[in-house]
Amino acid sequence: MNAVWAFLAGLLFGLGLIVSGMTDPSKIIGFLDITGAWDPSLAFVMGGAVLVGVVAFRLARRRTASFLGGAMHIPSARYIDRPLMLGSLAFGVGWGLAGYCPGPAVVALGSGQDQAVVFVVAMIAGMVLYEAADRLFHARRRRRVPRELSDVAGDA
Amino acid sequence: MIDWTHFTPWSSLAGGIMIGVAAAMLILVNGRIAGIAGIIGGLLRPASGDMAWRLAFIIGLLVAPAAYLIVAEPTPPTIAASYPMMIAAGLLVGAGTRYGSGCTSGHGVCGLSRLSPRSLVATLMFMAAGFATVFVVRHLV
Repeated sequence: MNAVWAFLAGLLFGLGLIVSGMTDPSKIIGFLDITGAWDPSLAFVMGGAVLVGVVAFRLARRRTASFLGGAMHIPSARYIDRPLMLGSLAFGVGWGLAGYCPGPAVVALGSGQDQAVVFVVAMIAGMVLYEAADRLFHARRRRRVPRELSDVAGDA
Repeated sequence: MIDWTHFTPWSSLAGGIMIGVAAAMLILVNGRIAGIAGIIGGLLRPASGDMAWRLAFIIGLLVAPAAYLIVAEPTPPTIAASYPMMIAAGLLVGAGTRYGSGCTSGHGVCGLSRLSPRSLVATLMFMAAGFATVFVVRHLV
């Protein structure tokens, strides 16, 4: 049941990305090009999504279990640390270079876009490299955050 | 200066609402955050023991273009980045989203919806880096 609902959520999420125009890298670059001919569309996508999201998460926070009876995996971390900032900066540079972030890239991969295939393979390689480096680092020095907590936050 | 020829306020708002509803479904029905980088990241850590929903969500994303074809003709995308650029960008996005615990969906959509200060900082950071990168690539290089 979990998988069926997750599939439907993924499908709707992907359709939303297509309808909003976000699977076209030129729309992303157009948004990020504030000093040039600026396309504010992405702000409307975020606005529409957050509008619904605020209500959903307000409801979600009051619940102790999901509709399917599972645990509510809502991140609880509130600290702002160096990994959060450096990681997000690196992500932003890649986002600006390609015009792809993970969601639209996976959807574009589904439509068989050559560049998206290359991007997603490199993205997964980047994630694997990060995991390997993190494990190496983790073995040497205890992370400030317990693994369990960071996993929950990591889902954000 | 606004690029009126490419600006799509209504379809972008509609798509954004669909994304919001999808994120709402995942948190309320499955109890999970719709953060794409986090969902894929979990698949790469086979010990996590919760692969089914993650895989199902990603398959949903992958079949979306085919499902869209049933109702409408998609507009072909314009892709400016070369293959070497795509590789560099992919590596940065992959490592960066894991190190920073999230991407546009996890921090941008879900995090801002939760009013998380952590996600707000992350969103400001990747937006700023994106603006700066496009400025350098489009106007300086």
